[in-house]
Order: sequence, then C-alpha cells, then structure tokens
Amino acid sequence: MRIVAKMATGGPVEVLLVPLIAILASALLFAGFVALAGVNPLEVYALMYKGAFGTWFSLQNTLQRAAPLLLTALCTALPAQMGMVIIGAEGALVMGGLVAVAAGLPLVGMGAPVFLTQLVMALAGMIAGGLFVALAGALRHWRGVNETIASLLLSYIAIAVMNQMVEGPMRDPASLNKPSTGAIGDVYMIGTIPGMDVHWGLVFGLIFCVLTWLLMFHTSFGFAARIVGGNARTAKLVGLPVGFLVLAVTFLGGAAAGLAGMVEVAAVQGRANASLVAGYGTGGILVAFLARQNPIAVIPVAVLLGGIAASGGLLQRRLDLPDATVLVLQGILFVVLLASEMLYGRLAVPRLSLASFLRLRPQRS
Amino acid sequence: MATPEAIGWVGVPLAVIAGAIRVSTPFLFVSLGECLTERSGRINLGLEGTLVMGAMSGYGVAWLSGSLWLGVLAAGVVGSLFGLLHGVLCSLPKVNDIALGIALMMLGTGLAFFLGKPLIQPAVENLPSINFGWWSDIPQVQEALKINPLFIVGIILAPAMMWAFRNTRWGLIVRMVGDSADAARAMGYNANTVRVLATVAGGFLAGIGGSFLSLYYPGSWNEGLSSGQGITAVALVIFARWNPLYCLYASLLFGGAGALGPALQAVGVTQGYYLFNAAPYILTLIIMVASSSSRRRLAGAPAELSVTR
Repeated sequence: MRIVAKMATGGPVEVLLVPLIAILASALLFAGFVALAGVNPLEVYALMYKGAFGTWFSLQNTLQRAAPLLLTALCTALPAQMGMVIIGAEGALVMGGLVAVAAGLPLVGMGAPVFLTQLVMALAGMIAGGLFVALAGALRHWRGVNETIASLLLSYIAIAVMNQMVEGPMRDPASLNKPSTGAIGDVYMIGTIPGMDVHWGLVFGLIFCVLTWLLMFHTSFGFAARIVGGNARTAKLVGLPVGFLVLAVTFLGGAAAGLAGMVEVAAVQGRANASLVAGYGTGGILVAFLARQNPIAVIPVAVLLGGIAASGGLLQRRLDLPDATVLVLQGILFVVLLASEMLYGRLAVPRLSLASFLRLRPQRS
Repeated sequence: MATPEAIGWVGVPLAVIAGAIRVSTPFLFVSLGECLTERSGRINLGLEGTLVMGAMSGYGVAWLSGSLWLGVLAAGVVGSLFGLLHGVLCSLPKVNDIALGIALMMLGTGLAFFLGKPLIQPAVENLPSINFGWWSDIPQVQEALKINPLFIVGIILAPAMMWAFRNTRWGLIVRMVGDSADAARAMGYNANTVRVLATVAGGFLAGIGGSFLSLYYPGSWNEGLSSGQGITAVALVIFARWNPLYCLYASLLFGGAGALGPALQAVGVTQGYYLFNAAPYILTLIIMVASSSSRRRLAGAPAELSVTR
C-alpha cells in the first residue's frame, strides 16, 4: 500500500537519489566556502568525520546530540503531515524543560521515588510542549492565523517566559553568574544507557519516532490526518474531525519537543536555565525537512546532523574556525535541499524496471 | 535644568515615544521590503537572516572603508543578493517559498555569525543623527528627538510606495502579478521575473534595516543583535494589510512596545524585564489572532500569496 502510494509520487530511487544529490552538492558548496575562508576543505571533512563518527567517544557525542534532534524534528515533521509548517520546536523544548523542573522539584523535595519523579517530569514536559504547539495549531484552525509565524513568535515568547522564571520566581539563590532553577540532584537524573556514555534520551527519541511513524502511516488516525494535509476541504466533506486531528497532531509534535526539553534538564543540565536554548529546535526543523517529514527517516538524518554538530568543537579547536561554521553548513544544506525539490520527476532514473519490480511485491503479499 | 531623576515616571512615555522613533526603523525597512515582496505574491520569511546579514556587512564595510554610508549601501546590496537567491530559487518548479525562507533565515544568521566573528571587537562610529530637540531644555526630550536620517527616509518611503502601488505602471504590474499570475501572463508579463525583482528590492530594504541595527541603534555588531525583529516585521505586514502606510504606523507601535522594557528598567521597575522585552512578539501574536479569520480571506491580501490560504 505504502510503496504503491510512493510510486505515484515519483519512485523510490528518486526519493533516495535526490536528497543524496542535494547533500553532495552542498558538500561541494561548503568546500568552496571554507576554501575561500583559507582552510583546506579536505582537512575540514576529515576532521568532521573524525569528530562525528571517527572514534567511539565522538560517536557517543554524536548520538548524545542526535537524541534531542530526533524529538524536535518530530515537532516539525508530524504537523507537516497535515500540511502545516511549524517552526516552534525551540519554544516547546524550553517550555517542556521548564515545566518538567517545576513539576519535579517539589517531588524531589518530598523525597519521592526516583522513577515516579522522572515519570511525572516527562509527562509534565510533554504536556507543556504539547499544549504549546497545539496552541499554534488551534490558532491556525479556528482563527486562520498563519501557523509558521505564530509558532516562531510563540517560541520567542516561551524563551522570554523561561528567562523571566529563571531570573525571578524559580531562581535558585545560589546560582550567581548564570541564573538557574534549583537542581533536581544527581539521584534523580536520568542515567546513561548501559555500556555507553549516552543518556536514555536517545532511546526515548527512537521510540517516539517509530511509534509516530506507525501512527501516521499504519493507523486510520494517521490516514485521516494525512487526508487533511492533502486536502482539508475533502477531509471536511467526508466528515473527518479536522479540528480534533489538527489539535492531536500538533499536540504530539509539541509533546516530542517538550520531552526533548525534559531530557535536556533531567539528563544533561540537571536544572533549567538559558542553556536550554541551544539550537536543537532550529536543527530539528532542518532534520525534518531533510527527512522529507517522515518520522522514520528522521532517525538517520538526526544522527547525520548530530554528527555535524558534534564535530563543530573539533573544527574550532584544530582549524580555528568560528563556531558558526556548523550553522553555515546547515544553512547551505537546507537551501540546496529545498532547491533540489525541482529534480523530482525530472531525473532520468531507471524507474521503469525498478518500479515494475516493486509494484509486483505488495500485490503478492 | 531638569535632571534625569526629576522627570521620573514621565520619562516612561517619553522613552516609549523615543523608542518608537529609534527602534522602529528596522521594523519599518523590513516591513516595507516585505510588503513589496508579498504584494507580488511571494512571502520571504528569510528577511530575518537578511537583516542580520545586513547588520554584519554594513558594520564590516563601514569599518574597512571608513565610510558609514558606504556601509549602509553595502548592507542593501548584500540584502538584495539574498533576495535574488530567494527569488530565483522560488522560481524553480516545486520550490516552496515559506520553507526556503526558513532555510535562508538559518543560512543568513550562520553566515553573518561566521563572517562577523572578527567584527565584534572593533568599534565603528555611529551614523549621525539630526537634532530636532534643540528647543527643549530637558535632556530626555532632546535625546528622544535625535532622529536618524534613515528613519526620515523610511517615513518618506512609506507613502511614496503606497502612491507608487496605486499610480505607477510598475506598481500596477506588481499588484497584478500578486493577484493573478494568469492575468499577468495574459498581459505579456512574466510573473517570475516580476517576483524576483520585487524580492530583490525587498531584500535591499531589509539589508538597510539591518545596517541601522549595527550602525545606529544599538550601534555595534554582536550575535544577539537581532532576535526576531525580522520575523516580527514579516508578521507586521499581514497586520498592516499589505498597505505601506499602515506598515509605518505598525512599525512605530512595535518600536514603542520594544522600548517599554528598557524604559521601565530605567525608572527602577526591574520586575518582568524579560516579559516586557517580549512585548513586541506578544503584541504581534495578539494582533494576528484578532485580525485573522478562518472563514474569509484577509481584506487586501494578494490572491497569489500562500500565507493567506
């Protein structure tokens, strides 16, 4: 069923080939850019590989950075299935982290069981992030407010609210030069996956991606949501609850980003502060687009982007490149990727043979 | 002579008015540029990146050449290059203007941070201002009425652009392309060419708005220079109903809202500093909610614009 649906839009070879061409073209452009900046591009790429996947240490660093990207990418990818462009993951992450701490600290104070505290924190973070993005969905559905601009504005507001809370009502008086909330303490932190130096957030992200992929592509709920994305008027005509679907999917996307915030707090920072605004939200947008808004494809792309981000530090130390180097590569990648959309249906790929081969199989099974 | 303390709370509305004049200029230039682009039927969300690029390149060129106005011009040129990139790529089949805008927002910010790294240290003289407050003894009033020439250019540009939309051949062509690409084609105009030109011109204005940030107020280059002024200005165009004159009023309103936080802090209200800084975003959102509708198209919206589907 799924393969046939994809065949209609252009063939599986194309779906892999076009992003590959885009990645290759952006790699060339970026090589030109660093060459202009006076650095040997080959050296840059060698270092990037080393810093991202070269050693066990760097691979773990990459996976650690991929974990929040898996979740923030869903914040864009899931609503995109309904035809909405949401770019508020940064705000949902911040809200999720802040509310998770707010919910966790009283429990920590009471000496509640560790697992219960973490569960409450995760749920609080997901609900906060979910409601936050669902607000953008609701405004779009009932008021016709453009969801792209609204979600970005909400994101700025969320960051302001977080700064306000961290400097004011929720501030730990002991945090002098970097205002923060109180710490949840080492006992309550989410540990690492056995045998690795990577926290459990990676597993949460993987589970979230697989479950939402199943939901969107293998349930009637997901089918209905994608009908709304295809044509909202048709969806209304056949009696689909468009408002509910919009709210549910935007809530899910926001919940993913909110969980990313909770993980940042409970596995990395230990407290909420301005470090939550680390660009995972904007990185997630790129991951979602590169994965063509497919939750399963988000997984490899998030690892790739996590690797690029992880190698930034090495580039800075060895080649004295600014930390924004990674941002430039991401920007080039994003622009080239979108421009490569025009290639769909225009490449002379051997579609006939492969298409007919694949078309037979779903009918058999 | 009145001292700063003597005027106390009166200083708050005064500072808001001063802020409306001082802070509004980037809003004004970005929104006028975006207004032109959107009137031709495309939305360029990348103006946030263009604004930051303009700020960086304006500062850099002013530092290297020693000429402030050359810096402003360079910012405009860099902005129009970004506009050209957006315009040409959007003319390709299947390329979505909203998504490309987000991409250019990231690329512009990244490039500006990369290239602007050496510019954080050097101090460049700021653009001169014209003193309209000579008649007053109160320093705050004098301060409020020190007006930058770019602001004056902006308030002349707004009605001029409105007049041009209504009365000139070019204005009619842009509006026609924005309302119906088919009609434009029937008349022998290439919609893509017109849109590319409108995006280039819009990028030029946004770039100049960026140079105001680094060369006048706040008046130096750093990575936190723009935090969403560009995207706020894009939202402001919707609120202004694609009318350049309303863009001017809206920019003044937003400038005033942006000045509220620092003004209150100056008189000792430190509570809620961050929330007052977020005032322009909250205001934008409220206005967008109040002025949108799910049932009808927005009045005055170009029919080809994807943002008002």
